Amino acid sequence: MNTMDFQEVGLREINRSLQAVESLTNNREWTIENPMGQHAIACGITAPLSVHIKGNVGFYCAGMNQQAEVIIDGHAGVGLAENMMSGVVRVKGNASQSAGATGHGGLLVIEGDASSRCGISMKGIDIVVGGSVGHMSAFMGQIGHMVVCGDAGEALGDSIYEAKLYVAGSVESLGADCTEKEMTAEHEQALADLLERSQINKSVQSFRRYGSARKLYNFDIDHADEY
Amino acid sequence: MDENIPRVTPRESATFDEYTRSEIRRAASTGIYDIRGGGAKRHLPNFDDLLFLGASISRYPLEGYRERCGTDVTLGGLNASKPLELKIPITIAGMSFGSLSGQAKESLGRGANLAGTSTTTGDGGMTPEERGHSKQLVYQYLPSRYGMNPDDLRKADAIEIVVGQGAKPGGGGMLMGQKINDRVAEMRSLPKGIDQRSACRHPDWTGPDDLEIKILELREITNWEKPIYVKVAGSRPYYDTALAVKAGADVVVLDGMQGGTAATQNVFIEHVGQPTLACVRPAVQALQDLDMHRKVQLIVSGGIRNGADVAKAMALGADAVAVGSAALIALGDNDPRYEAEYNKLGSTAGAYDAWHLGHDPAGITTQEPELASRLDPVAAGRRLANYLKVMTLEAQTIARACGKNHLHNLEPEDLCALTVEAAAMAGVPLAGTSWIPGQTPY
Repeated sequence: MNTMDFQEVGLREINRSLQAVESLTNNREWTIENPMGQHAIACGITAPLSVHIKGNVGFYCAGMNQQAEVIIDGHAGVGLAENMMSGVVRVKGNASQSAGATGHGGLLVIEGDASSRCGISMKGIDIVVGGSVGHMSAFMGQIGHMVVCGDAGEALGDSIYEAKLYVAGSVESLGADCTEKEMTAEHEQALADLLERSQINKSVQSFRRYGSARKLYNFDIDHADEY
Repeated sequence: MDENIPRVTPRESATFDEYTRSEIRRAASTGIYDIRGGGAKRHLPNFDDLLFLGASISRYPLEGYRERCGTDVTLGGLNASKPLELKIPITIAGMSFGSLSGQAKESLGRGANLAGTSTTTGDGGMTPEERGHSKQLVYQYLPSRYGMNPDDLRKADAIEIVVGQGAKPGGGGMLMGQKINDRVAEMRSLPKGIDQRSACRHPDWTGPDDLEIKILELREITNWEKPIYVKVAGSRPYYDTALAVKAGADVVVLDGMQGGTAATQNVFIEHVGQPTLACVRPAVQALQDLDMHRKVQLIVSGGIRNGADVAKAMALGADAVAVGSAALIALGDNDPRYEAEYNKLGSTAGAYDAWHLGHDPAGITTQEPELASRLDPVAAGRRLANYLKVMTLEAQTIARACGKNHLHNLEPEDLCALTVEAAAMAGVPLAGTSWIPGQTPY
């Protein structure tokens, strides 16, 4: 186990240490204390580390993560795990705007609530939110899954492409070209797997599925009012 | 009708000229706004409205071809441990694989290598071929984040955060479905054949304070090695430059409205933004006010065509320029040799701008294999290198005539303006006077 105190070593030393670890190392357990809500902590990791951050973090925590498991024992600021490629990022509290933005892969678990634009332009990431998400979540979502155990704010899935959305609670409104879709056994299985991997106990039967109506995929002047 | 009565010559409306009428007919017929590639085509105040004074008694010139006139430039030394060292101050602007063929991207890399300068990726990410053929490659970090990959970020020599583009300040992009083949679709994580919209705003930051944190993140991920550029459109150049510097940019790229695009609404290209000429001095002023001129470098783009334009931009305070449309012309875009094919597409050499449709006879703005194979990357790269070297020689010729032993030593005092408008925009005296409109009394 390696422990680094943000107050003592600062951001550069923390990230330099985490980024320097080789993929095949056994030196995988890292703890960061006193993060003090600072930005860009544990970003750009490329190895399968287990990083435990004891406290609140600022913007872009675990940004562009590859392979690592990053657990945040607190709340997270804007752009949590943005452009994540693989691995797992888990925040035990709430997450601010644009959590998981443009993520290409991996699993992002937000045990509390997520603010607006959660999963914006998602490109393959799986996002599971224990609470609710704010407006414009999954905006232009391309691939991947977003599971919302609570409610979704207005314009969910606006201009969505092929991302799959599951919401257990209410949806304030759907965005352009987003529609409710049939929940098949295949979808239920995928949802059950995501909930299990996220360690969130919620009945699959309580969810409804949303996705693209695919009406705006090629420009048509008669759909101009929907853009 | 009495044929003995003199008749007036039929007169077309200057307001509703033939082009305007054709556009109204086209819009009425299709119900779609006109989308095209390239930059503003209308006449705009530009660098041709400026002249160099040259040397005489008060200043003496350097001997052409004998006395050294330096052209090198270092970009991004303020914060990056590995700044870019370029032999010439002319870089290749960002253009994507997707909008351009693989052959065209390779040609740009080859030409830039030969000339000793950098090239730049575009929307859609970095291809292995592009990295392989570009010794110095700037990686664009765009709102869409199509193809955005931290491994590529680390492979880049610099990172350019794109906030805006001169052809469409405040606008996103659209790559039409016709150009989305299997490879382009895979790189962008989207289905083949659908229109791919590029967002106009970044998904995870919304203002200069956020941008500062975003730059911090990018530096942390790349070990503080890479210069961070911020590209802004020629919109509010003073404030945008100042805010980019405040956010921590090493380099500001300023793109005027003559700057090209792969595909945007014609009305956007022609009616939003400011001419490049009008953007340079406010940006330089912002740098000077912050005591950052020459510490944060300024790259100017948008309608740069020849060595005179390079020299004028640098005399106004730029550290380097970038070329996009001109580089494509050097590769073979709009070449008269394809006139018959341009005609079949309803255009003519010199006017072909349907880059978004992907049927480019020159094999540049296309993903059709047969068309793309027409472009020989080795020969096209050589043409680009020749063109870049000619521009550099031209700029050196002018600089020597002004008594300067480096292009960076050119200064506004070397210039005068031919029009009142250009004098006001460039902040140099109207020719034959000492009058700078808005600054000095007439």
